[in-house]
Amino acid sequence: MLEINGLHVRIGNKEILKGIDLSVRAGEVHAVMGPNGSGKTTLAQVLAGRVSYEVTAGQALFGGKDLLAMKPEDRAREGVFMAFQYPVEIPGVSNAYFLKAALNAIRKYRGEDEIDAMDFVSLVQERMKLLGLDESFMKRGLNEGFSGGEKKKNEVFQMAVLEPKFCILDETDSGLDIDALRLVADAINVMRSPKRSMLVVTHYQRLLDYVTPDVVHVLVDGKIVKSGDADLARNLEKHGYGWILEEAPGPAP
Amino acid sequence: MVSKTAIQEQMAKQEYKWGFVSDLEEETAPKGLNEGTVRLISAKKDEPAWLLEWRLRAYRHWLTMKEPTWANVTYGPIDYQAIHYYAAPKKQPTSLNEVDPEILSLYDKLGIPLLERERLAGVAVDAVLDSVSVATTFKKRLEELGILFSSFSEAVREHPDLVRKWLGSVVPFNDNFFAGLNSAVFSDGSFAYVPPGVRCPMELSTYFRINAANTGQFERTLIIADKGAYVSYLEGCTAPMRDENQLHAAVVELIALDDAEIRYSTIQNWYPGDKQGKGGIYNFVTKRGKCLGQNSKISWTQVETGSAITWKYPSCILQGDNSVGEFYSVAVTNNRQQADTGTKMIHQGKNSRSTIISKGISAGRGRNTYRGQVRIFKGASSARNYSQCDSLLIGSDCAAFTFPDIQVQEPTAQMEHEASTSKIGEEQLFYCQTRGLTPEDATNMIVNGFCKQVFNKLPMEFAVEASKLLQVSLNLEGTVG
Repeated sequence: MLEINGLHVRIGNKEILKGIDLSVRAGEVHAVMGPNGSGKTTLAQVLAGRVSYEVTAGQALFGGKDLLAMKPEDRAREGVFMAFQYPVEIPGVSNAYFLKAALNAIRKYRGEDEIDAMDFVSLVQERMKLLGLDESFMKRGLNEGFSGGEKKKNEVFQMAVLEPKFCILDETDSGLDIDALRLVADAINVMRSPKRSMLVVTHYQRLLDYVTPDVVHVLVDGKIVKSGDADLARNLEKHGYGWILEEAPGPAP
Repeated sequence: MVSKTAIQEQMAKQEYKWGFVSDLEEETAPKGLNEGTVRLISAKKDEPAWLLEWRLRAYRHWLTMKEPTWANVTYGPIDYQAIHYYAAPKKQPTSLNEVDPEILSLYDKLGIPLLERERLAGVAVDAVLDSVSVATTFKKRLEELGILFSSFSEAVREHPDLVRKWLGSVVPFNDNFFAGLNSAVFSDGSFAYVPPGVRCPMELSTYFRINAANTGQFERTLIIADKGAYVSYLEGCTAPMRDENQLHAAVVELIALDDAEIRYSTIQNWYPGDKQGKGGIYNFVTKRGKCLGQNSKISWTQVETGSAITWKYPSCILQGDNSVGEFYSVAVTNNRQQADTGTKMIHQGKNSRSTIISKGISAGRGRNTYRGQVRIFKGASSARNYSQCDSLLIGSDCAAFTFPDIQVQEPTAQMEHEASTSKIGEEQLFYCQTRGLTPEDATNMIVNGFCKQVFNKLPMEFAVEASKLLQVSLNLEGTVG
């Protein structure tokens, strides 16, 4: 589903990603872990289409299409979704209005009709249950005055409504208490399907206790230095990143 | 990939869709202003002697006044002798059927409901083209309720006592330079009187349009809500595209007696000039309401998207005890537009309350100034004011200013003032894009969210129009490549 080859990215004069190779097949959940400043968020944002990041080399193919050549909105319409680490607030625009506009933009791109108002309501209500959100939530301004946890839940809720093919979750677990973490993880698990892939960017093992990844990658200084199965994440939690750095080939940071 | 500058460029481009000129035969006074002009206008309208006298006093006083320079706007000198002070269609209609088809089709283009279909919409329109009121609909139905709604000239003929009693009682002719000019040369406008205890069953509406070249439009509106009456009034404005600037100096006076309520909504879309700032309307308007009676209420709602320069402060004098004044405003400046707008809330009555919600949006090289005064006089015990002024910036060449003036002489008064400035940021746009929305859709959505508090105060059909107008003013249509 997603093929990244030799991806180099910089911001200004600083090179952040120094040659990423990553292959995610349909139905797989990949976790990307790594210490602060290793380039995890950059990877997520570049895939979603942030302009301030400059791709200097490499490519990313999504379903065979050149992802990096697409505008961010077209990536979304093709089925790429990113749950933000820090979602923005848009005062005065209700969650319901925003989500409906987003859903219809995606449907229009696929040549489908706008969603019927009643169908939208039932879809939303069903997905709200997944995350334990109440009715008033849809009427509130988008992330306006939301707590950190509510914002994160809203990201996963949007994902559940928009039903993307490829989900990027950028530190969705940070700022969540245990109960909220479990709700969010359950929602993510419900969404796992043979047709949908996920890239879970995280610092910690705790989300991965609930959402078991198929592959775990360790990103250090802009490169993937180790990949493995779910056990790799557990080892990292126990021993930190130090042992990997010693094992890793090439110059240490 | 979309760059931010591309979006800004796109938004800086502007299309004015109402820029057609109607080919009507008009009767125009020669350019220039002197006592003769004032007498000519008065004579054309068969006015009584007292009104001519009032105009002449206004004119003589105006000669002693200086054009104000304190506003945060810049423009070249206005040559008051180069303006036609009177223009009227030659054929004078006596009923709707006799209205010049050109005029009707003009209103059609403007989307003003004039004929049968408006009755369905429940709108009574007093359409003012240049200086003469063209047609008044629904008069009969309103008359049955004792509501008077007509052109100003007609009110002078039919109800001189009412006009004489209230004219200039809220905005006297010596109030300010532009009000003085208007008092001398006003050519027509709208008049409404709602008798005691009557709730006006429909929105009263006037559409103003400046058609003739080199014409100043000086309309005068007077609305009186007698004890316990209620009226909601809508006003919309457009003007053709012309290279030269045109002056619009209107005066609106509202009077609310005991327990009366007046809602006054404006959508102002005068021609704003082109991208380089050539042409456009100078909109120098004095609007003021007096809450004369106890428990009276006056509410101003305005959406200002047009005009090269806007100088406008719809205000409330809260004289009656427990009276309420409200001001809800959205002002947009794009390209080279400049707006200096806001309100005054003058508290004199006990327990009087006022609310100010001002939303300024600047794009292109627009300059947007909020100027507001809240005065609470001694004796206005327990008076309260809440003010909120928010500015939204789009792009980096525009500017927003805020000049609040708060004077409180009453120790029991309560004041709240909140202000914010925000910018539509890359973060917000990117977030919306990752959900499948284009930057234009996203900007439109953010702007509408920003204005929601004000749009909610507009009558429903106006709110839809306001939202569309905003989109056109910021030119968020089309695609960015």
